[in-house]
Amino acid sequence: MKHKEHLIRKYLRPSKKMPTIWCAGCGIGIFMHALVRAIDRAGYGKDDVVMVSGSGCSSRIPIYLDFNTLHTTHGRALTFATGIKLAKPRLKVITIMGDGDAIAIGGNHLIHAAKRNIEIAAFVINNQVYGMTGGQCSPTTAHGTRTTSSPYGNLESAFDISRVVEAAGAAMVGRATVYHTPLLDRLIDMALHKKGFALVEVIAQCVTYSGRWLGLTSPADMMQWQRDNCVRVERAQGLSEEELAGKIVIGVLTNRERPTYNDEYRKLFAEVSKI
Amino acid sequence: MKKIEIYQAWCKKCGICIAFCPQQVLEAGSLSYPIAAHPEKCTGCNLCELRCPDCAITVYEDEEELDGNPSA
Amino acid sequence: METLLLEGNEACVRGALAAGCRFYAGYPITPSTEIMEMMARELPKVGGMFIQMEDESASLGAVMGASLAGLKAMPATSGPGFSVMQEHIGFASMAEVPCVIAHVMRGGPSTGLPTQPSQADVMQAAWGTHGDHPIIVLAASSAYETYELTIKAFNLAERYRTPVILLSDAVVAHTREAVTLVQADMEIEERPQPTVSPEEFLAYGDPGNGVPPMPPFGEGYRYHVTGLCHDVRGFPTTRSDEVDFLLRRLLSKISRDSDRLQWFDCWHENSETMVIAYGCVARAALRAVREARDKGLDVGLMKLKVLWPFMSTTVSNVLENCRRVLVPEMNFGQVSREVERVNQGRCEIFTLNKVDGTAITPPEIVRKLEEMHP
Repeated sequence: MKHKEHLIRKYLRPSKKMPTIWCAGCGIGIFMHALVRAIDRAGYGKDDVVMVSGSGCSSRIPIYLDFNTLHTTHGRALTFATGIKLAKPRLKVITIMGDGDAIAIGGNHLIHAAKRNIEIAAFVINNQVYGMTGGQCSPTTAHGTRTTSSPYGNLESAFDISRVVEAAGAAMVGRATVYHTPLLDRLIDMALHKKGFALVEVIAQCVTYSGRWLGLTSPADMMQWQRDNCVRVERAQGLSEEELAGKIVIGVLTNRERPTYNDEYRKLFAEVSKI
Repeated sequence: MKKIEIYQAWCKKCGICIAFCPQQVLEAGSLSYPIAAHPEKCTGCNLCELRCPDCAITVYEDEEELDGNPSA
Repeated sequence: METLLLEGNEACVRGALAAGCRFYAGYPITPSTEIMEMMARELPKVGGMFIQMEDESASLGAVMGASLAGLKAMPATSGPGFSVMQEHIGFASMAEVPCVIAHVMRGGPSTGLPTQPSQADVMQAAWGTHGDHPIIVLAASSAYETYELTIKAFNLAERYRTPVILLSDAVVAHTREAVTLVQADMEIEERPQPTVSPEEFLAYGDPGNGVPPMPPFGEGYRYHVTGLCHDVRGFPTTRSDEVDFLLRRLLSKISRDSDRLQWFDCWHENSETMVIAYGCVARAALRAVREARDKGLDVGLMKLKVLWPFMSTTVSNVLENCRRVLVPEMNFGQVSREVERVNQGRCEIFTLNKVDGTAITPPEIVRKLEEMHP
């Protein structure tokens, strides 16, 4: 039996130096690995995958991977991805955003991409903080949390990204944490194969700029918190509001068929060519 | 018996693999790099490989023969 | 050659389609909305893609995505939308993503005068986004010129891999006039393609003219595109030698070719007095010059079609041969500043700055010319 090459080496760009730039124990690397496994299982040709990211720690993922990669402006990844998917529908367009990327500055694009139901697999790595800029409060930071920009405690309460995107009309929405890696793998598979806008919210830990403030001093502590504060959506249906307070519901939150922008445009082509 | 290979060039010693191994196979070794202290207890569940943020762990089924570290 | 009754905005769409534009993403904003409406009707007929996005930043983002996938693409907008687009104009400059932006100027600042003309966004077109960046700004003064300059704008965007801003204004955009669409002689340019294998391909190397080849996404050349300073392979870098090389290449790729960007029309160019104008004001100026000459004044007109990079040498030659210059503009003096910079005190510079939301008229220019004459 010969030596087993780690799967990631099949997809790493040869000229990109490793190890990755993320802090020790950062959840982003776990997601990157999961995403690569899912892409490998899907069997896409490298030329057929376009990976678009916004700006922040998570936006560095595409740089390492041997696909058509595009690192865009903060919050706007989905707008570029929309243009690519419309211009060349055969491409598999994957978009990677952070929580600030997706639901703060990019919120308008997120809800419209979902409403439009354009065929994009979107992944929001939600670590409840702006990590790249040093630990500021984000739209998903819990109420009362101290951060560098909420030194007296966060006055606002957190967005539930998944429910916002579900309400906006996305065909599929799922949520997992990087601790629940097998579930994460399944959700990524679903998102990659879903017809329409598919979003997976990935709860991940930011050890350096969030954990320390929350008194969770190690990556393992933060992932333990994920393990202890999540409820599977199947079980959550039976729980009351109080029982669900502070808990994160994980699993497939919605999975439905809705007309996709791409299909509607194809129908339009057929109509117009008859005129 | 399974074999767990830690690629130290990429490992950042974050401790996630050690903390969540269901069988406590892994422990912090020299320079606190993780090592398979109890390889006999490893069930090949792969959770350490799946949860490693730096793709630094490879789990071998039934002691696939190892010919040294992979290329740098 | 067909002759049609077209308004400026329609002419823009016809020019874009003639140039090979097959993607439009935009957002409604007076006075440019007709461009979007016509694109929505026409693009599907030619197999092109149209999408109305949620705001102007999204519009230019989608346009850049389509361009990276290999299509010629554009949005159209006006003042407020143009301001929202600035960050992405910077990305298009930095990542060298070819695109054309039709910008129909209206009264400003802010919401201003949505249905009335101004020329007060010229410097924004050149400097609006942050950082030193390459950009080309054209100005159309009629429906035909909008058609012609839209085609040329796409050619320049493809030739230099840069955003090109085509300035129009509420008058030119909404003036319907007879237009003969002379397209036969206009060659259509395409972005450079690599001549080496994917393994040897350097996404952001300098092949000699400063413009790297640009294979579309999905065709075998897998490379990285970013708004960060990047090295010749496209990967982010902070190394000062690489940053310096990148920015100097970006800035020089157009400026070194400036002799190919001297588009202007001249009437009576060696006159004692010259009027320098652009956009709809250039049409009033032509009428005014004729009337002034009938009154015995020795005056000529230079109509600028390229506003940025400013045609310093060409304008300087004109200044060399005249005693005084009038720059009539519907702003407080933007192109006039460039004329003054190039003038170096050689001749007297006069300005006529009309900012009340109405177009400058020929009599106003004639009166000013008479005042200027000793």
